[in-house]
Amino acid sequence: MRAFSYDRPDNVDAALRGVAGQPGTTTEAAVKFVAGGTNLLDLMKADVMRPERLVDISRLGLDRIEEIGDSGGDGGLRLGALARNADTAYDERVQTRYPMLSKAILAGASAQLRNMATNGGNLLQRTRCYYFYDTGTPCNKREPGTGCGALTGVNRIHAILGASDHCIAVHPSDMCVALAALEAVVRVSGPKGERIIPFADFHRLPGDTPHIDSTLAADELITAIDLPAEGFAKHSTYLKVRDRASYAFALVSVAAALEMDGQTIRTARLALGGVAHKPWRDPAAEAELAGKPASLETFAEAARVLLHDAKGQSHNAFKIGLAERAIVRALAEAAGVEHP
Amino acid sequence: MSQPTGPASRGHAQTQPAPPPEALEVTLTLNGSRRTLHVAPWTSLLDALRLHLDLTGTKKGCDHGQCGACTVLVDGRRINSCLTLAVMMEGRTVTTIEGLASGDTLHPLQEAFVEHDAFQCGYCTPGQICSAVGMLEEGHAKTDDDIRELMSGNLCRCGAYPNIVAAIRQVMDGQSKDGGKP
Ligand SMILES: Cc1cc2nc3c(=O)[nH]c(=O)nc-3n(C[C@H](O)[C@H](O)[C@H](O)COP(=O)(O)OP(=O)(O)OC[C@H]3O[C@@H](n4cnc5c(N)ncnc54)[C@H](O)[C@@H]3O)c2cc1C
Ligand code: FES
Ligand code: FES
Repeated sequence: MRAFSYDRPDNVDAALRGVAGQPGTTTEAAVKFVAGGTNLLDLMKADVMRPERLVDISRLGLDRIEEIGDSGGDGGLRLGALARNADTAYDERVQTRYPMLSKAILAGASAQLRNMATNGGNLLQRTRCYYFYDTGTPCNKREPGTGCGALTGVNRIHAILGASDHCIAVHPSDMCVALAALEAVVRVSGPKGERIIPFADFHRLPGDTPHIDSTLAADELITAIDLPAEGFAKHSTYLKVRDRASYAFALVSVAAALEMDGQTIRTARLALGGVAHKPWRDPAAEAELAGKPASLETFAEAARVLLHDAKGQSHNAFKIGLAERAIVRALAEAAGVEHP
Repeated sequence: MSQPTGPASRGHAQTQPAPPPEALEVTLTLNGSRRTLHVAPWTSLLDALRLHLDLTGTKKGCDHGQCGACTVLVDGRRINSCLTLAVMMEGRTVTTIEGLASGDTLHPLQEAFVEHDAFQCGYCTPGQICSAVGMLEEGHAKTDDDIRELMSGNLCRCGAYPNIVAAIRQVMDGQSKDGGKP
């Protein structure tokens, strides 16, 4: 690892002073927060990220999970940015009111890593693209302008939706897929005070600036993630398809959440992981489900709509069919419809 | 781009970047004793244990969070010591494989690993045992499938998995029988 300096502030203002004055987005920053360290330190060992200074935010008191508003649970839940992934997934309120989120978190990484990983850090974890990790190869995300090694290389784990000629990397998080379906809100503190970022606007597509992962500024701190009151506890699931049964990133994952009227779907939320540079949602596919009977035919039609513009690369075209089947199965599980 | 600032001048305009410090002081409780050490900020907890504190029971497999050989307990919870910095451990309580036995009496999980022949080369074993201690403390495993899932962060290249599960199972059953911890 390259040399860096280290500071451990004990309050949010001091942490913000530590990153004050940095221009641009958090991805490019020279002074970085370290939370659980499980992604940042890994990337620093690989020499992919080279911060000059780390600000340890683990002692800011942002590790609580609290009700929003004073009512008994109908105002939603606030997940502290420094709450550990394991504590979030096993929190009784999360398990009963947001089971899809709990399931998504527990489908990721290992028990040890979930004990270290924080909710804020999970959002900002970077792609697992092999070329991004390998400093001996070109990568527009790691070094803008060098090209994309994956486009002409091994791209089995790469994107089928929303990619560009500059980058076909995917966002690797499981938790974020469920948060996208729940329409969570990211709470952020910066030099100009607090702001909130709707989950759909937090991550971005690569376009011609794939070196930027998110819309978070370099001088901002995530303080919490707010879950809306509606948790789809009755009809939701998280389905993860991967190369081994545990401790592997998703090839394709689906967060499916429904509001039902008997056997009719009132509203649907559908988010996909492992397929794009950000958790993928498609309003047309969700609209396709609304008002329809919950049946395998309905689900297959929604899957077709969602994957209409999907594009495979030389090694990952299998993901299109895999995603179709995963969508149908996840929706069937959420709706309680029998499936093959 | 602004330069990183030294701790003393944090928050003030500054022209010269502070050079990275050679060593920072960290005080932690390690296997029951209070220890103070001086480490460079980029020293992982794993390297601090093995290179600075002479506790080589904790193993380095991958150094990237992918194998679990470096698993230790921090404030009673299992973590990968390769992906945490020693300086982040200020004030924490760290338990390694060396700290599990009391005198000559092995921890029940150590005992069970011996009894069930739950290792071959033994390289993954300290991590497996610390991880199992953490898992039983967490209390989420009920079935053998739960054990497999919740121990999936510990790889064993020798493939001793069936015996590892059996060893953990035995201690888990013992615990639930007498309703207490080992
Ligand atoms: C072997 C392995 C397997 C894994 N498998 C999976 C998997 O299957 N699914 C999955 O979803 N994840 C997986 N992960 C990734 C893991 O979930 C992330 O590494 C973790 O969530 C990152 O959280 P952290 O707190 O450790 O972040 P850190 O590494 O501390 O930080 C990550 C980034 O976030 C920034 N940051 C952190 N907190 C804040 C904040 N509050 N405000 C602003 N910036 C912040 C940091 O500056 C840094 O840039 C795996 C990781 C490993 C090592
Ligand atoms: S050495 Fe830490 S997980 Fe492999
Ligand atoms: S006993 Fe050899 S790696 Fe597990």
